[in-house]
Amino acid sequence: MKSKHILKLFTAGITAALLVLYLSACNMDDDDDDNDMQEETTREFSVKVINLTNNQPFSPITGLLHGSSYQPYSLGTSASSALETLAESGDNSAFLSNANVDNSAAGSGILAPGANETIMLESDDDKIRLSLLTMLVNTNDGFAAIEGVDISGLEKNESLMLHAKVYDAGTEANSEAAADVPGQMGEGFNMTRDDRDFVSVHSGIVSMEDGLTTSALDSSHRFDNPGAKVIITRIN
Amino acid sequence: MKKLLTSIAAFGILSSSQVMAQDLSIKVTNLTNGIHFTPLLVSAHDANSRLFMEGTTASTSLQAMAEGGDISALSTDIQALGGDVSENPAAGLLAPGANTSFTLMTGSTNTYLSLTAMLLPTNDGFVGADSIMIPATAGTYTYYLNAYDAGTEANNEVINGAGTPGDLGIPADPSAENGTGATGITTAENNTMVHIHRSNMGDRDATGGTSDLDSTVHRWLNPVAQLIITVN
Repeated sequence: MKSKHILKLFTAGITAALLVLYLSACNMDDDDDDNDMQEETTREFSVKVINLTNNQPFSPITGLLHGSSYQPYSLGTSASSALETLAESGDNSAFLSNANVDNSAAGSGILAPGANETIMLESDDDKIRLSLLTMLVNTNDGFAAIEGVDISGLEKNESLMLHAKVYDAGTEANSEAAADVPGQMGEGFNMTRDDRDFVSVHSGIVSMEDGLTTSALDSSHRFDNPGAKVIITRIN
Repeated sequence: MKKLLTSIAAFGILSSSQVMAQDLSIKVTNLTNGIHFTPLLVSAHDANSRLFMEGTTASTSLQAMAEGGDISALSTDIQALGGDVSENPAAGLLAPGANTSFTLMTGSTNTYLSLTAMLLPTNDGFVGADSIMIPATAGTYTYYLNAYDAGTEANNEVINGAGTPGDLGIPADPSAENGTGATGITTAENNTMVHIHRSNMGDRDATGGTSDLDSTVHRWLNPVAQLIITVN
């Protein structure tokens, strides 16, 4: 009885699909210019970010849509000054004004551990990559990110769920000292590069409790990957 | 033997006539160095039900699993929502490095798979998989699972036998590599939602210090488990 019902639904589904195919075929034969214009739709995406750390507030989340020729960072290579600035201070302005970025959006403020925020992005392109970056404010130059995720194939109402790792910009030594960590009221950006000068996966927090006597951080600030959850949904 | 084979064949035909029902063989391996898994709960369920969700408050049933290893309420909850379950397939603790294999038959609308087990010794840590979409095509699929913190208890790292929800402390270290007499590493839980566990801190003081856990034994890095699903 149940499988019969499912079969019926299935048949109805095929009929509907054929009808859609038929109608869209009619559309394609239509020479009306207005219809051609409508096919160039703007794609809109919502990007929800959840802070999965225990005690690492995020700087305002930064979403970028761009083409395949642009990378906001590349693992194993030197950080751009835009990345250095974001990873050391949380300031995302250089990314938001980057000429290689087609569309950008930023979160409204600090994203607390456990909290989530959704930003909206849109593009007229059909080849779209998404990058997302945010500083972990109780680090020297740690940031959670995803880079160059191809979302061109995402259909309307379809979602992509990803986890973001935590990276080290490699531009500031991981002293964990209060004077150097923005979340401990310390300094943000400093153009001196006194670390290894390449982007790597972050090695984590050592903390004072674990023997780093200069550290202002404790066990609550430690983290493991992933640092964030990212849910991308094409809404239009 | 011949009779058995015939009945297996008949069963095969029956199950293939159910549109989406699947016969899964599942293997779970504990990838940690010094952390036991308490009884596993593995469930196939629909898109509207879950065992847990990142960034949300833990249910009281999830809390009971994460703080004391008790899967009964969580299993009851998911079955009430139509989920299929395998309870405690390892028949007890799953030791570091050990694995367990079992089967799970899924109902036609139960196309997602979730898994939980408490990590011992932790305050409220658990290994979790939330709503993996079960592949529709026959084959073998491998997943790596992360350690979560239920966000319901401060990670004080004191072993005092406390496993009841709301009681502060760790029930036990099954490998008995713990210390005693710790004062407690913290009294606060900063993130009270389900989040990625920052791992145990531990210390090297077996008769005091702030933690009863050993920093050279009880830490981990993700992933903490390997999950292999074979869709038959």
